[in-house]
Amino acid sequence: MLTTLLHPSAGRAEICGHDIVRQRNEVRQDIGVVFQEPALDPELTGEENLDFHARIYGLRPGLRSQRIKEVLALVNLIDKKDARVKQYSGGMKRRLEIARGLIHSPAVLFLDEPTLGLDAQTRRAIWEYIKKMNAEEKTTVFLTTHYMDEADFLCDRIGIIDQGRLLVLDSVDRLKSSLGGDVLSLTCMDTPKLSTRLAKESWVKHMTTQGETLTFATDHGEEKIPLVMDIARSQQISIHSITIRKPTLDDVFLYYTGRNIRDKEQEASVKVRRKRWGVRRQ
Amino acid sequence: MMYREAQAVYVLWLRQIKRFLRAPSRIIGFIVQPLFLLLVLGLGLGGAIFPGLTTGYLNFLAPGVIAMAVLLSSIFTGVSVLWDRQFGFLQEVLVAPVSRFSIILGRTLGGATMALVQGFVILGISLVIGVTITSVSGLALTVLIMVLLSFTAVGFGLIIASLLRDFEGFQVLMNLILTPLFFLSTAFFPIGSSFPAWLRTVVLLNPLVYMVDGLRGSLTQANMLFSPWLDLAAIAVMCVIVMVLGSFLFSRSEA
Repeated sequence: MLTTLLHPSAGRAEICGHDIVRQRNEVRQDIGVVFQEPALDPELTGEENLDFHARIYGLRPGLRSQRIKEVLALVNLIDKKDARVKQYSGGMKRRLEIARGLIHSPAVLFLDEPTLGLDAQTRRAIWEYIKKMNAEEKTTVFLTTHYMDEADFLCDRIGIIDQGRLLVLDSVDRLKSSLGGDVLSLTCMDTPKLSTRLAKESWVKHMTTQGETLTFATDHGEEKIPLVMDIARSQQISIHSITIRKPTLDDVFLYYTGRNIRDKEQEASVKVRRKRWGVRRQ
Repeated sequence: MMYREAQAVYVLWLRQIKRFLRAPSRIIGFIVQPLFLLLVLGLGLGGAIFPGLTTGYLNFLAPGVIAMAVLLSSIFTGVSVLWDRQFGFLQEVLVAPVSRFSIILGRTLGGATMALVQGFVILGISLVIGVTITSVSGLALTVLIMVLLSFTAVGFGLIIASLLRDFEGFQVLMNLILTPLFFLSTAFFPIGSSFPAWLRTVVLLNPLVYMVDGLRGSLTQANMLFSPWLDLAAIAVMCVIVMVLGSFLFSRSEA
């Protein structure tokens, strides 16, 4: 909807002060979009794809060639600019699309799952490009992803959307600390019994169980390990292992949606947004 | 604002041309097939006598083949929106800050340019193998009709592309509707007295008849059913209707 491809059924929104329904063309000029599916013309070369975009956004000739050079340099595709896009690899196509989204210097760039289906190395590289572009071009990036590590690495502010509802929207650090200082995970023989018992303790927060694994958040986790051991012993439950770690975004997600992301990748999408206002351009 | 729209039309036109020139199979297909018809039918059936034919068969056939080449190529341009949708490129075009009208105009002009080039290639070959044109003014009218034909067919292709979701449907439509229309368009044989009355009516309801007849009237004046000017008027009306409908359906469709 924010990219003006769909009509909202209710409500209204603005991008850079332009209404997304009534001022579509102004909004389109302010945003860049990188779609989840590749949206390049495979029969044209990389540079021609960029030129197509630059012209359709009305850039004047001088600025056009300058921006094409700049964005090609940003994503390291200068050597490949004359090859047809159908000969590009998946990662190169992504990079070209990110470059294309930036040509007209949009105030906001939408990235829809920018690293979906890419190998680990390419993902890393794309992340670096996104960081670099965010810093160099002062572009606000609005990205959606299923990958918690991606959100953690790239985003300043994160919103979690489950079944069409925005559950929470905050900075990464605040989301993590909202769970408490540490996360304890333990595996034991009788998880239900132990969890019932632990639930009575005031320092146990946000407890979830999954099979034999029990996870909860608490402050000063290292001091709580002996307490947990004592409680388990008093219940004649033997504990196989305990781990202590700082909360991750996975824990945050789990807590807010009540389920593990792996169970529900099919049904819900996580929206994550990175907001870093630099110089605001209109 | 105007600059951007003009650039958009230009770059969409350019893209069509580039894509066309980079697909040798398409060039060959669209030139060889009509050429094949022209040579095989024209030279093969040249000696046969059709009932009601007023000139040589080649003079009769050539305008029909040209019309067919222009129409098929243009319809394909319209329908190729389906490819763009499939490859996601349509989204890129639709989020751009240009009017839907410019998008359609650029594409239509691109398709029409290529269709006209093909039409001229076949026209040139026709002249070489012995088709006689009646007048220079007739040739000018021929070009005008070819342009209108091409616009109409791109519009028709856009309508199909907006109603269908994939290329399979287009194949079916092609075989079920377009092929019979071409055979009943008088492109290959004249309506003789042997035609039953109901089939004559069907022929006169076929929009392609006016297109083929218009080209024939302006180019070689063989077996005209109507005055070329009447054909031109009919084609112009069809062109407007189809283009408006095609633009409307396209602008309504989402990527």
